Amino acid sequence: MVAVVPTTGNAAPAATAQRRARTAYFLMGPGLLWLAVFFAIPFVTLFLTSLQVPVPGKPGQYMPGFALGNYPSALAEYWPQLVRSFVFSGIATVLALVLAYPLAYFIAFRGGRWKPLLLVLVIAPSFASFLLRTYAWKTILADEGPVTSTLNALHLLPEGRILNTSIAVIAGLTYNFLPFMLLPLFAAIDKIDPRLVEAAGDLYASPITAFRKVTWPLSLPGVVAGTLLTFIPASGDYINAQLLGSPNDRMIGNVIQANFIQFRNYPTASALSFALMAIILLLVFGYIRRAGTEDLV
Amino acid sequence: MRRRWGRAVIPVIGIAVLVYLFIPIAVVVAFSFNNPGSRYNLTWNQFSLQAWENICGVPGVCASFVTSIEIGIISTLIATILGTLIAFALVRYRFRGRGSTNLLIFLPMTTPEVVMGASLLALFLNLRFPLGAGTVAIAHIMFIISFVVVSVKARLQGMDPRLEEAARDLYADPRATFRYVTFPLVLPGIVGAALLGFSLSFDDFIISYFNAGTLVTFPIYIWGAAQRGIPVQVNALASVVFFIALAVVLISQGVNYRKRKALQR
Repeated sequence: MVAVVPTTGNAAPAATAQRRARTAYFLMGPGLLWLAVFFAIPFVTLFLTSLQVPVPGKPGQYMPGFALGNYPSALAEYWPQLVRSFVFSGIATVLALVLAYPLAYFIAFRGGRWKPLLLVLVIAPSFASFLLRTYAWKTILADEGPVTSTLNALHLLPEGRILNTSIAVIAGLTYNFLPFMLLPLFAAIDKIDPRLVEAAGDLYASPITAFRKVTWPLSLPGVVAGTLLTFIPASGDYINAQLLGSPNDRMIGNVIQANFIQFRNYPTASALSFALMAIILLLVFGYIRRAGTEDLV
Repeated sequence: MRRRWGRAVIPVIGIAVLVYLFIPIAVVVAFSFNNPGSRYNLTWNQFSLQAWENICGVPGVCASFVTSIEIGIISTLIATILGTLIAFALVRYRFRGRGSTNLLIFLPMTTPEVVMGASLLALFLNLRFPLGAGTVAIAHIMFIISFVVVSVKARLQGMDPRLEEAARDLYADPRATFRYVTFPLVLPGIVGAALLGFSLSFDDFIISYFNAGTLVTFPIYIWGAAQRGIPVQVNALASVVFFIALAVVLISQGVNYRKRKALQR
C-alpha cells in the first residue's frame, strides 16, 4: 500500500520535494506507459503505415516507404465521404444542442431533489447496446411506420421515406450522441446562480433578453464542451451510416473500416485516419479560439 | 403572463426529450417478446416468450455475451487500478510534466474511435502481434484509463481537506490516514468509475472490431447478425443488461440519498 504524503505542508526541504516527485512518477508510471505505448505510439505507426508502398507482385502486402502521394490519392478518391462526415456530424451536433439545452436547463433549474434521478434517466439509454438502439431506429423509421406515414401525409419528406436516406443517418447520430451533449451542458447550467437570472428579470429584462444576456453566456463552457464531445465521435462514426443509410450516405469511418478490414488497403486507410484526426484537431482548435471571443455570444 | 407560458414550455420540451431518449429502448425491450415472421426482427408480428425461455437458443449468442463480460471485467480491473494511481499522483503531488500528463489523459477522450482503432491495429499489424482477446483488452484498458482518472480526480478534489487534517491531528500516521479516511472517501468515485468503465468496454464496437481478429464479442455478434437478421435472443439479453445496469445505478443513488439524509439529521 502506498502512503500518501500530503502536499499541504509548507516549505518542504528540496530533498523531500524530490522524493515526492519520484513517488508521483512511480504512481503514474504504469498507467502513463500504457497510454504512451497503446495510444501515442500507434499514431506514429499509423503515420508510417500511411506512407507505405505496395510490395510489387504481392497484392495486400506493403513495405516501409515514403509515399506522401498516398494522401492526395486517398483524398481524391474519398473526399465526398470525408466532407459528408463533417456535414452530417455538424448538423447532428446542432440538433443535439437544440434538443439537449431545454432538458439540461430543466434538470438544472427545476430538477430540485429529483436531479440525481433525472441524470440517471439521461444516461440510462446508454445501458442498452449502442448497436441495438441504432437498429431499433430501423423499426421506428420504417417506410410503413407511423413516423414516415405521418410526415408523408404532410408532404414533408422529399424522398417519400426516411430509412436509407441522409435524414435517418443524421437522426441516428443526433440520438446516439445526445447524452454527450447533455451532461456537460447540465454541468455548466447547474453552476449558474439562479439569482442572476432573477436579477435580470428584476431589472426589467424580458425572459428572452435574460436568457440571451445572462443564462446563455454563462452556459457557454458547457456548450463548447458538449458540441466538441458530440461532433468528434459523430464525425468518426460509421455505425449509423451503415445501419440507417443507403450506400450514398457512407461516411469516412465506413471507408476507413472497409479499407482496413475488408480490402486490407492499409496505407489508404491510415492516410484517411490521419487526415481525419488532423482536420478534427484544426477544427477544434479554431472553434475553441473563436468560442473564446465574443463572436459566439 | 408570458412568463408563466415560458415556465410551462421548458418542462414540456425537457420531458419530451427524455421520452425521445427512451423510444428505442422501448422498441428493443418490446421486440424481445416478438415472434418475427421473417429472419428480420423489424416489424411486430406476434407476442412470444420464445426468446426468453431459450435465451441461449441461437448458437454463439451467449458465448459472445460471456466473452464481453470477461473482457469487461479484466479491462476494468486493470484500468481502474492504473487510472486511480494516476489520479492520486495528479491531485496529491507536484511534479514536472503535469501539462503533458493531462494532455495524454485528455486526448483519448477526444479522438474518434475509428482513429484509435485503426492506429492500434496499425501497431499490431506492424509488430505482427496476433489479434484476439488480448488485443481487445489492451485497447479497452487504454480508453477506460482516461475516464477513471477524470472521475477519481474529481472525487479527490471535491474532498474536504479538513477530514484528513483531523485524522493527523488525532495522531494517525499517513498510512492510517489513507486507510481509514482517504480511501473510504474516494472509494465511491472509484466504484463509479469502474462501473462506467465496464459499461464502455461491454458496449464498445468500433475499437474492438478493428482489433478482434476472429474473436466475437457481444457487439461484434450483433454487427454480424445485423446483415442477416438479429435473433430475438439478442434483444432479450440486451434488455437484461439494461435493467440490471439501471437497478445498480438506482440502488447506489438510493444509498447515497439515505446517507446524505442521515448526515443531515
